[in-house]
Amino acid sequence: MTAAAIPLHGRLRPSDVGRVASIGLRTRKLRAGLSALGIAIGVAAIVAVLGLSSSSSAGLLAEISRLGTNLLTVQPGTTVFGKNAELPTGAPAMIARIGPVTSIEDTGNVNVNAYRNPYIPTIQTNALSVQAASLGLLADLRTSVAQGVYLNPATAREPAAVLGPAAAQRLGIEGVYQGERIWLDKQWFYVIGILNPATLAPNIDSSILVGFPAAQHYLGFDGHPTTIYVRAQTNQVNAVHGVLAATANPENPNEVNVSQPSAALVARADAQSAFNGLFLGLGAVALLVGAVGVANIMVISVLERRSEIGLRRALGATKGHIRIQFLSEAILLALAGGTVGVTLGILSTAVYATTKHWAIVIPTIAWTGGIAAALIIGAIAGLLPALRAARMSPTEAFPV
Amino acid sequence: MTSAAAPLAAGRFSPDNQAHPTSGGTRPVLEVDHVTKVYPSQPPVTALQDVSFTVTGGELLAIVGPSGSGKSTLLHLMGTLDRPSAGHVRITGVDVASLSDRDLAALRATRIGFVFQQFFLAEHQTVVDNVADGLLYASVPLTQRRARALQALELVGLAERPWARPTQLSGGQRQRVAIARALVGQPAIVLADEPTGNLDQTTGGSILTLFDQLHHQKVTIAVITHDQTIAARMPRRIEMLDGRIVADTTDPGPGEPDGHGQPAPPGQQP
Ligand SMILES: Nc1ncnc2c1ncn2[C@@H]1O[C@H](COP(=O)(O)OP(=O)(O)O)[C@@H](O)[C@H]1O
Ligand SMILES: [Mg+2]
Repeated sequence: MTAAAIPLHGRLRPSDVGRVASIGLRTRKLRAGLSALGIAIGVAAIVAVLGLSSSSSAGLLAEISRLGTNLLTVQPGTTVFGKNAELPTGAPAMIARIGPVTSIEDTGNVNVNAYRNPYIPTIQTNALSVQAASLGLLADLRTSVAQGVYLNPATAREPAAVLGPAAAQRLGIEGVYQGERIWLDKQWFYVIGILNPATLAPNIDSSILVGFPAAQHYLGFDGHPTTIYVRAQTNQVNAVHGVLAATANPENPNEVNVSQPSAALVARADAQSAFNGLFLGLGAVALLVGAVGVANIMVISVLERRSEIGLRRALGATKGHIRIQFLSEAILLALAGGTVGVTLGILSTAVYATTKHWAIVIPTIAWTGGIAAALIIGAIAGLLPALRAARMSPTEAFPV
Repeated sequence: MTSAAAPLAAGRFSPDNQAHPTSGGTRPVLEVDHVTKVYPSQPPVTALQDVSFTVTGGELLAIVGPSGSGKSTLLHLMGTLDRPSAGHVRITGVDVASLSDRDLAALRATRIGFVFQQFFLAEHQTVVDNVADGLLYASVPLTQRRARALQALELVGLAERPWARPTQLSGGQRQRVAIARALVGQPAIVLADEPTGNLDQTTGGSILTLFDQLHHQKVTIAVITHDQTIAARMPRRIEMLDGRIVADTTDPGPGEPDGHGQPAPPGQQP
């Protein structure tokens, strides 16, 4: 007999591979679901961590663009002898003469402590600072009052105080009520307002703000500004940055620190992934457990389906056909888990980002990576069981 | 014997003449040639000892013997699921020993049909898809597999319920589905291992009647059984004992007293 009499090798079409690979999933749904759960959880954790960190940096970047990147702060540094330097009292007026500067506000440290009432021991300062503040400060910092009102030309001369949110909390003041007052250096100041957080100037949050005239009149303030907030035209920020020190203190420009608060926020947005490592690690552990689960179920499946394997060999399946069937089944199982995981990860990101008013950002790498990880895990977990199924002798499958 | 080629080709499910050119009634579809099978267990078991016989196209035969006589071993060798320790097995003239595992799989996919005592049907699939799976590994597209499955179902008298699940069928109907699956690829030989073993006597009888009908359509069938009364119904009986053939008897055919002829199917006589 000639070689021509040997029939051609059969090939499984992709659709047929899909049909045979899905038998396990279709006939044992609960088991398939449970074994894919580990992978679903792992992928969900990874997608959610990546999604949440992207969404939160998107939120932070949106916040930064709302706050503007054109704010510069001028603060006194140290003298060459290591002493704390001072800004000249005329510094704000001189800075105001720089062309591209659009607004200028300032605060000055008042060297007194603040208490809820006169009976609090003086050492319990609560790390609060009292600051003289200019009247346009809130607009410059893009923040606002949460309750009550801010200082105006009239109240700036009175013993009236506006509290940063942290300061209010530490003093135990929850709201602005008629006659609410605090004890500043042996005298009462009336609380007229509580601020919202000032993201660009976090030190304001733990400050008690009073008017410049009141600070000088009641609290012995020397009139030296300690922070000058400068808004410049956005395209001129660097130029203004370069001349600020010399303008603020022409005699000792090296005793002046100039900074751009938004730069720190941008850095924070970029560093948003700092806490991700731990959660990604947990996700990876869940994926590993999921892989073991899939491998386990595949091993059992191969043992249980001996007669199916034998039948397929009798119907003309090659070892390769058996191998691809069980390998694809494992991959399909893992992919199902991966798809559920990606969906869960995206959903949880969406829910959390919505409550935080962030834009929902799912990086492409998160969901493609999740699916790819599932695929690879399925292939690895299914490889040994598939090889084992293919190695089974066709006669082994039939009870004789 | 050339005249015998005409009824052969006429049968819808007779083996394909083109694929293996030996023609006519003398064409051997299966040759078992001095075959010995020794299982390498401790101690080694000689399950078959120098077994030889030839099955010709269109034959219906029983391989009969008590438990342990080597029937299952012989079935595995005839079905190319296992290889002999010595001797040769040839399917449609192709020596199994010369073929790789892939070649053997292709041979099974196209030239051998199996029927098992336990049916081995997939419960999640419809009847027609179970039958169509007989062509799954023969590179036939799904629509064509289904079309041919419907024809095969007609042949076993189950054409009315192709979309039923095997669980909705009786045992006899399930075995008919399994027989249709074995037939769908138009194999050179159908190997049936205790096909009535899981059925009651009446139902088993109807399966044997089906084999008779298929025999008249020139389908080659070897029935492996321990049951002498089943074997007695077959035109040819190979009797096994302790791994050897003790008798190989063929009833004389109606038209050809030597028993090796090919009687024309009754329906096709002019
Ligand atoms: N895989 C095997 N390993 C060792 N011995 C076997 C194996 N399969 C069958 N045998 C032995 O071979 C002999 C023939 O068995 P078998 O072919 O199953 O006969 P039957 O099907 O007629 O009962 C028995 O003695 C049996 O114990
Ligand atoms: Mg047996």
